[in-house]
Amino acid sequence: MPASVTLTNLGKSFGTTAALTDVTAAIGAGQITGLVGPDGAGKTTLLRLIAGLLTPDKGTLEVLGHAATDRDAVRGDIGYMPQRFGLYEDLTVQENLNLQADLHDLDEAARSERFATLLQFTGLAPFSRRLAGQLSGGMKQKLGLACALLPRPKLLLLDEPSAGVDPASRRELWRIVRTMAGTGVAIVWSTAYLDEAERCDSFLLLDGGRLLASGSPSDFTRRLEGRTFLIDLPERQRHRVQREAAALPSIADATIQGRSLRLVLKEGSALPDLSELVGARALPRPTRPRFEDAFVSLLLADRPPVSAPGIQATSAPSADGIAIEARDLTRDFGKFRAVDKVSFTVRPGEIFGLLGPNGAGKSTTFRMLCGLLAPSAGSAHVAGVDLGRARATARERIGYMSQKFSLYGNLSVRDNLDFFSGVYGLAGRRRSSRIAWTIESFDLGSVADLEAGTLPLGFKQRLALGCALLHEPQVLFLDEPTSGVDPLMRREFWSRIGGLADGGVTVLVTSHFMEEAEYCDRLGIVYAGRMIASGSPDAMKQRFVTAALPEPTLEDAFVGLIREHDAERQGAAAA
Amino acid sequence: MTSARTFFRRFGGLLQKEFVQIVRDPSSIAIALVMPVVLLLLIGFGISLDARNVRFGIVDENRSVESAGLFQSFANTPYFRPFSFLTAKAAEAALMRGDIEGFVVLRSDFTRRVADPIRAADIAIIVNGVDANNARIVTGYAQGVVATWLLGHRRDRAQPALSPITVENRYWFNPEIRSTNFIVPGLIAMVMTMIGALLTALVVAREWERGTMEAMLASPASMTEILLGKLVAYFVLGLGGLAVSVFIGLFVFEVPFRGAAEVLIAVSSVFLIVSLAMGLLISTVARSQFVAAQLAFLVTFMPALILSGLMFDIESMPPWVQAVTTVFPARYFVSSLQTLFLAGTVWPVLLPNLAMLVGFAVVFLALAIARTRRSLE
Amino acid sequence: MWRRIAALILKEFKMLWKDRKSRMVLVVPPLVQLVLFGSAATFEVSNAALGLWIEDRARPAQELVSRFEASPAFHVVARFDNPQAVREALDTQRVKAVLHVGQTFSADVAAGRHARVQLLLDGRKSNAALILQSYALGIVESYNLARVGQAAVELNMHPRAWFNPNFDSRWFILPGLTVLLTIVAILLITALSVARERELGTFEQLLVTPLRPMEILVGKTVPALCIGFVEANLIAALACFAYGVPFVGSVVLFNVAIAVFVLSAVGIGLVISSVAKTQQQAILGVFLFLSPAMVLSGFTTPIANMPDWAQALTHLNPIRYMVTLSRGIFLQDLSWALAWPQLWPMALIGCVTLGYATWLFSRRLE
Repeated sequence: MPASVTLTNLGKSFGTTAALTDVTAAIGAGQITGLVGPDGAGKTTLLRLIAGLLTPDKGTLEVLGHAATDRDAVRGDIGYMPQRFGLYEDLTVQENLNLQADLHDLDEAARSERFATLLQFTGLAPFSRRLAGQLSGGMKQKLGLACALLPRPKLLLLDEPSAGVDPASRRELWRIVRTMAGTGVAIVWSTAYLDEAERCDSFLLLDGGRLLASGSPSDFTRRLEGRTFLIDLPERQRHRVQREAAALPSIADATIQGRSLRLVLKEGSALPDLSELVGARALPRPTRPRFEDAFVSLLLADRPPVSAPGIQATSAPSADGIAIEARDLTRDFGKFRAVDKVSFTVRPGEIFGLLGPNGAGKSTTFRMLCGLLAPSAGSAHVAGVDLGRARATARERIGYMSQKFSLYGNLSVRDNLDFFSGVYGLAGRRRSSRIAWTIESFDLGSVADLEAGTLPLGFKQRLALGCALLHEPQVLFLDEPTSGVDPLMRREFWSRIGGLADGGVTVLVTSHFMEEAEYCDRLGIVYAGRMIASGSPDAMKQRFVTAALPEPTLEDAFVGLIREHDAERQGAAAA
Repeated sequence: MTSARTFFRRFGGLLQKEFVQIVRDPSSIAIALVMPVVLLLLIGFGISLDARNVRFGIVDENRSVESAGLFQSFANTPYFRPFSFLTAKAAEAALMRGDIEGFVVLRSDFTRRVADPIRAADIAIIVNGVDANNARIVTGYAQGVVATWLLGHRRDRAQPALSPITVENRYWFNPEIRSTNFIVPGLIAMVMTMIGALLTALVVAREWERGTMEAMLASPASMTEILLGKLVAYFVLGLGGLAVSVFIGLFVFEVPFRGAAEVLIAVSSVFLIVSLAMGLLISTVARSQFVAAQLAFLVTFMPALILSGLMFDIESMPPWVQAVTTVFPARYFVSSLQTLFLAGTVWPVLLPNLAMLVGFAVVFLALAIARTRRSLE
Repeated sequence: MWRRIAALILKEFKMLWKDRKSRMVLVVPPLVQLVLFGSAATFEVSNAALGLWIEDRARPAQELVSRFEASPAFHVVARFDNPQAVREALDTQRVKAVLHVGQTFSADVAAGRHARVQLLLDGRKSNAALILQSYALGIVESYNLARVGQAAVELNMHPRAWFNPNFDSRWFILPGLTVLLTIVAILLITALSVARERELGTFEQLLVTPLRPMEILVGKTVPALCIGFVEANLIAALACFAYGVPFVGSVVLFNVAIAVFVLSAVGIGLVISSVAKTQQQAILGVFLFLSPAMVLSGFTTPIANMPDWAQALTHLNPIRYMVTLSRGIFLQDLSWALAWPQLWPMALIGCVTLGYATWLFSRRLE
């Protein structure tokens, strides 16, 4: 197969930080190549290098038969979709396409043919006169793709095309891209979602600017054949069981997957006896290895295993057996109803996930529950306090960690802890002991005097969680806590959260990230402002088991639920 | 090599995009057309060196026909609104409070001394010197009023007097010495500096924020074409703002226009390019907004007010400050506009200014293109 | 509650101190501006290029001209003998003024007739022209005095400028500049600090803590207040010691006034920042407020010269009051009683803006 892009010992640094080091790879025509890795791995830098937006410092780069120095020759043959799709939001769909056509010098005949094909292909034809800013996330993504496809590129570069897009749109996108690959276009698809790597023809796995692995995903996972198992978990203390299993010498990785524990054995190890942990009746059953399993065992090869201590929560659960209660929670923004009568309850010590596509209302619901937004109607009780009446009291009992790890970047770790303990009103011996506890349990001693902004992502995440726990809250709110971090960090993070939950802390988490949702005890799916389903991850998956799909993923369940809901609504509208 | 047809199609596409965006987004129209009106009116009326109705005290210890006549002389000029005080103490207190800007003291022997051929009468004129410039002007006016009164008084009594030499002042270009006449052209320059810089700085920053700049850069369009498209679109918008400003200058502030219109358009166009390019430049270095804000303020508003010759005479500044003023483009535009409005098309003044502005335009554009190219790094 | 606020205040200081950029921004630009504008902002005219057009060669004319040549205000650069040359020199700005002495001048003087000289001035810079005119008047007056002798003068006018006997415009500009530079720093600190926290997401983090909007406000106000004190006193000290502006008033009164002024500025900054979503918008807001506010403050030209509606507008502008106070305290030892009419409107503006900012803050949660 001819290579469309060849990278040889490619290197790129910004100032003193190396973004890419010594990358050698080839990208084939007619293939979808997944560019996989956590945030900051160098995916965007690599794409920009290939697109000709950056020039490499070291090594050689050949694109469509031309060297990196001779980019003008091939620019017309490259389609590039940057993050957030690069659309002019105050131009209409048609105007965005016109602009691209002008830039690529398409003449009248060619452009009308291309427009018709692409609009039909992406299903955007009915919306051609709508402003791009008024399209949904999924439609924006398709328009961005249409713009990139307009000049019939030989190489298509997609930078995180599926970020922030709901699973249904994501599948649609895959369908389109797959068709394109069939016509011989070389496609590079960058993503932080490891499950997407499995669908690619080949992948490049980046971490810290280095190429860790490449090849075909099936070859990559095949190495773990026979080493992956699922085993049922007991009702209680699931997180403790997971932690202890992960610590066993023969186990490479242990993660909670709904009601089951997923185990990856170390190379050459036999399955240990787990009856003490999970009870005698639970039997391990073999399962198909996933991309993430292979990635984790690869990462573990050069990193010491994570020994996240289970944090013992010190606060007492609230008395009445309900930690969070939302009753008919509603929020209007002008005429738009973002959240419509959402009700649910969360028991103390439970991890509850709000799952939904962007713009569906999950963040609004979440913000109302942690007191950042007042509801238009309905009520919210958190940690035994009515948020409508005593918001300040409620805030003393909740901890909050946002997606951006809201830390003061130019303050040291200790300064951040000092500050947050101060605003939570801690003083004297309690303050110093809580700060000491945080530094110790989150392993921050080595970086206590460094500026928070300069820390690696993993430390930032730990510090942010530490800050949220300083005042020993009863309820912890997590907003997309592990999107974009590598799987090891995510494991470490969730093992801490698990420990907290075991100790009675209630956790409410939002996510559009299916892998994150697996860690939850129960999920609520928010779609179009309503909660369309709730229940345990297993129960949700169970509904979609078919002969063709004996082991549905949470994403399958999610897409299915949304389809059912849409069909129901259309039926109601027709009647 | 790009053929001309390809270039025009690409460039046309970029231009069309910019115009559609301008029409759809009211904020850039507001900055270009509404802001000049508001700023020009506020500042144009706000800055005035023409003292009118200065509240002035007359301390009348004399209480005579003469002192009443002098009071009347003060009341008759448009410059003063006289207030009578019985004692110097009372007037001093009023001066401290800021109720009056100054006062004259007519002593009890004023009548006698005015008539006395041997010992001249003393008149103390006291002004509040805090505002030195205003104080000087007020003092001059007050001296003038007293001198005029004395001349009339003498004439009434047919007293022979030795004629002093008098100075006849003729103000070229601005016979009524309205400060508005020279401030407003300068203000137009200042407002255009701010607007040009703001327009592009904000618009380019938005393109980076939304990732559209990246998409453009990856397309076959070259960096120069992209920036040129922006520049041309906002240039047209900026010319609109300039037209509005000139209109206000001519019809609201009634500043005369003695130069050639086409020269005005030419000079303004070059200046507009300079300030748009400055905005591009600011937007490429504005990674840290806090510093950029200080920077923008440091290079636009304050210098345009203080270092452009709009308020303060550049030639009277210390040499090193004069050297500093040469690097602010506003200085050349202020001088050109003042000449074009008040004097006419005086090429010996305009040409060097125009040459400097063209130089700035070239340098800023080159820097902006070079910096934008490196922005992704 | 105090503990929480103290933590917030401590953090603000640490943030400002640890960030080399903001430390620089607080210190360097104000100093540069003070030095630059302190030297540039002078209404005095010196060494103005003067052209001579003398049609009279007799002695009285010579005497008058030599007085002009000796004056530091003028610098003779050209001599003309016809009106075309004069016109061209003025047009091209080669000279700022031309002294014209007509053919009959000496004869008129000798005959005791009314003799006159003409001064032709470039009205494009009418401020400089006005000042040159007053210099010329002074020169002619002194020549008159010398010529006719003391006895013949019927009137001695003794103009005196209180508080600033030499009409030094630096004494006027620098106390005002002290105020302007202080408010620029304060507005940027307050307006950007909230906007920055909002961009970083730390603002939400603050809102989920037990801190009440009022407490956040106090936490943001106190550091700005302290920085305002330091900044204002530093600039004032420089104005006194580097530029020789007298400071005759009460330091206590100055600082009380600065405190009230900074509070009103913080209020405005916080209102801007609670409306703005990004730092960029906050900067734009600061810019849009400051540019007219500086002009409508009496900093460059007297408020009394403005039309009535503009004068009415200046009453909403805290800079106006503080500029008046600063000049009064620097130059005329303003008493507390006389300061009061300037203090209470600033305090009122502060209360209104701070109250509005609090309301905006808490409304964001609704």
